[in-house]
Amino acid sequence: MNYTIKRKNNYLIVSVIGDVDINLTDSLRKDVDLALAHYGVNNLVFDLTDVDFVDSSGLGVILGRYKRVSANGGKVYLAGAKPQVKKVLDLSGLPRLMEMYPSVNLLLDKIG
Amino acid sequence: MNKAALEFSSRPENVAFARVAVAALASQLDFTLSDLEEIKVAVSEAVTNAIIHGYDNNPECMVRLEIKIVEEFIEIEIIDTGKGIKDITKALEPAYSTDPERMGLGFSFMQSFMENFSVSSSPGKGTRVKMSRRAGTPGRKAVSEQ
Repeated sequence: MNYTIKRKNNYLIVSVIGDVDINLTDSLRKDVDLALAHYGVNNLVFDLTDVDFVDSSGLGVILGRYKRVSANGGKVYLAGAKPQVKKVLDLSGLPRLMEMYPSVNLLLDKIG
Repeated sequence: MNKAALEFSSRPENVAFARVAVAALASQLDFTLSDLEEIKVAVSEAVTNAIIHGYDNNPECMVRLEIKIVEEFIEIEIIDTGKGIKDITKALEPAYSTDPERMGLGFSFMQSFMENFSVSSSPGKGTRVKMSRRAGTPGRKAVSEQ
């Protein structure tokens, strides 16, 4: 599997590896939704440190999860995006909706 | 001129195959790694559209990819024989999507990352996306999705 999902306090941390396109998005969407329900947390961190490629299919998963958790007062954070991934994120406008950090460690320091 | 043509099943795992094939040929020109990443996004969007919208995720159909190097240009065509687009003008609107889980940015990314872009489609017959980019020049200015 090209991602891991773990809980840290009130945050679900989703670490994705490799390419995020329609070959991954169906299972990623399903598993993140299951984990959000299972752990009962409402804040989501996408750790993009090891993501090499993302297209609008991958961004759609992030946006869909944002809609879900923000409807319940939660937040989505993006961390560790490489330049080529950040470029696509910036063009999509997603950083206007969610906080973006250069690394997961910086983000975890911030959110504790 | 150098050219290649590929046909592959309309399966999600072949989106990566298509974009890597295009990048491999495009790397014969003087594109930077950043340029190649942008071209890969554009190809990924077009092939994804063919699979999801053209063929409604039916994996038994075929997507055709034609790639040409003409002087300093990489020219790419992605062709499907699926259901086609009823209203191209509307489909080209940024953030237009029929699916709440999708951003509707596929065509915006293609237009942003490629220098020339066109789409032709006939309902019931299929869709052809043509795009090209000259090596050594940036893609078109980014368009806002809002």
